[in-house]
Amino acid sequence: MEQTLQQVFKRPEPYKKNYNYPFCAGCGHGVVLRLIAEVLEELKIHTKTIATASVGCSINLDKFYNLDIVGADHGRAPCVATGVKRSKPDKIVFTYQGDGDAATIGFNELMHTALRGENITTICVNNTNFGMTGGQASATSILGQVTATTKNGRDPKISGYPAKISEMISNCDGAAFVARVAIFSPQSIIKAKAAIKKAFECQIKGLGFAFVEVIAACPTGWKLKPVQALEYIKNEVTKVHRLGIFKDFTESMA
Amino acid sequence: MSKILMKGNEAIAQAAINAGCQCYFGYPITPQNEIGEYMSSKMIEIGRTYISAESELAAVNMLIGAGSTGTLAMTSSSSCAIALMQEAISSMATAEIPGVIISVMRAGPGLGDITPSQADYFQSVKGGGNGDYRTIVLAPSTISEAVLLTQKSFYLAMKYRNPTMLLADGILGQMMEPVEMPEGNAFSTVNTDEWALDGTGEGAQKRDGRSLMSLHMGDDILERLNHRIFKKYAQIEEKEVMYENYLCDDADIIITAFGTVARVAKSAVNAAREKGIKVGLFRPITLWPFPSKELFATAKNKKCVLDIELNMGQMIQDVKIALNGSVPVEFFGKTGGAIINSSEIYNKILELSKEKQYGTNLAASI
Repeated sequence: MEQTLQQVFKRPEPYKKNYNYPFCAGCGHGVVLRLIAEVLEELKIHTKTIATASVGCSINLDKFYNLDIVGADHGRAPCVATGVKRSKPDKIVFTYQGDGDAATIGFNELMHTALRGENITTICVNNTNFGMTGGQASATSILGQVTATTKNGRDPKISGYPAKISEMISNCDGAAFVARVAIFSPQSIIKAKAAIKKAFECQIKGLGFAFVEVIAACPTGWKLKPVQALEYIKNEVTKVHRLGIFKDFTESMA
Repeated sequence: MSKILMKGNEAIAQAAINAGCQCYFGYPITPQNEIGEYMSSKMIEIGRTYISAESELAAVNMLIGAGSTGTLAMTSSSSCAIALMQEAISSMATAEIPGVIISVMRAGPGLGDITPSQADYFQSVKGGGNGDYRTIVLAPSTISEAVLLTQKSFYLAMKYRNPTMLLADGILGQMMEPVEMPEGNAFSTVNTDEWALDGTGEGAQKRDGRSLMSLHMGDDILERLNHRIFKKYAQIEEKEVMYENYLCDDADIIITAFGTVARVAKSAVNAAREKGIKVGLFRPITLWPFPSKELFATAKNKKCVLDIELNMGQMIQDVKIALNGSVPVEFFGKTGGAIINSSEIYNKILELSKEKQYGTNLAASI
């Protein structure tokens, strides 16, 4: 019989054959991790990729990626990835971090990696709280956000203002691609994937540090239902953490 | 081998380069700055990696990255900044990622002073990091030995996939003396194909992904891992102990000392021997694994052991554990960055021989 069915959905090559997502219902991590896997496969670079996992929900890479993975201590993934890339410049190296890791405890390391123009890619899932430890406020929590440590909403008089890391990184001369995307609708997911793809192309071309901040839902930490959490991203979080491409050298310097 | 005049820190750096060190990551701190300065020019000249990291945290985590790919790499630092690296050293041990850390001790606690000290024995040997783990620690007492042990550090780190520390002090780092510098690596290369990260590969070379992690959650996983790694530690204790035994055979008093202090003590031993006092020196070269059995055997039936350190008494704990109450242990130390000279040690030997009567026939000779 003639084959008439077209395969439109398959397991990405970089995934293990048997895997389980360890994430909560409605969590954004699963989508972002799948997008990365699809991009690695499409760019045909997954067999020469070394990933750096970090601390938080982002530590779970080895549960489902069939990639070489090194784990980093809290906040130090960009340093570990720097060591990997400098030892193996022909490999594709990326860090997968959350906002607690990259924007809070690892802020200094993230900024200096950008300043050095380290030729790696960082994907930072910003869900504006410490998800794994129970939803405490992080550096990126928005004003008014209710968390386990800001029970009446984040008050700048008590806990300061949210860190807008993409804006800060785009001010670093060594950063070649900086984008903030979000996961709350099919369209936004398509845009997120395009940004992630560019961030890896940036590394392939050797242009410098590439950074994609992905605003993603943490329904458990936010104490919202999964659908409400997507609304919260669209209506609240992206009002503070504005979406957009902040820097893109992949076109001009290609 | 011909000798060249070199400063300790620079000799350590050159020894690392000759051992094949591909990456150096560092952050300035006195008294080890010459290592980073030397690397900043030499490593770049020969096309290797030098990074002036934003902190010691960054430097040691870059070391983890390089080590995870099976690449020879090192960082160097001192006391309060080695303290910053302890979390990563613990992670390296459990993830079994190799790396060389040069620690050139200054006085503590806290920021302390930039003057020499041995007060980081506990920090390096007992582990400032969390959890059950061991760091291999080598303590040279001359610059030529520092050169050799730097190269051996790379070999041991790779062989056992474990963080390895060269523990020097500010005297060794800052002084100059004629040095034997091997042109290449004095130790063989260790194959890393079985574990190093380099991508899963394609075609016939294709393999499953590898992960080197320090998080080991789940039923019994960490328990089993720790037991497996401690079997490795037992092998290291079995095979890699190094020590020097100087004039101990007929001695009544055995001095225990490591690093620069042992060298000063050797002069005092020679001076005391000239006066007929039977004293010897037992110098641990590996601080972990500590030469416990060897010290116990050396000190058997001796009158006393005199432990001398540039601190308030740290290695003395391992000395006492090794001796297990078989011999009385005395202590002489200085802290705060003051250096012990040979006449002070000589006087201490006299005191023990004469007043405490640990020596034999001393009344006749003194």
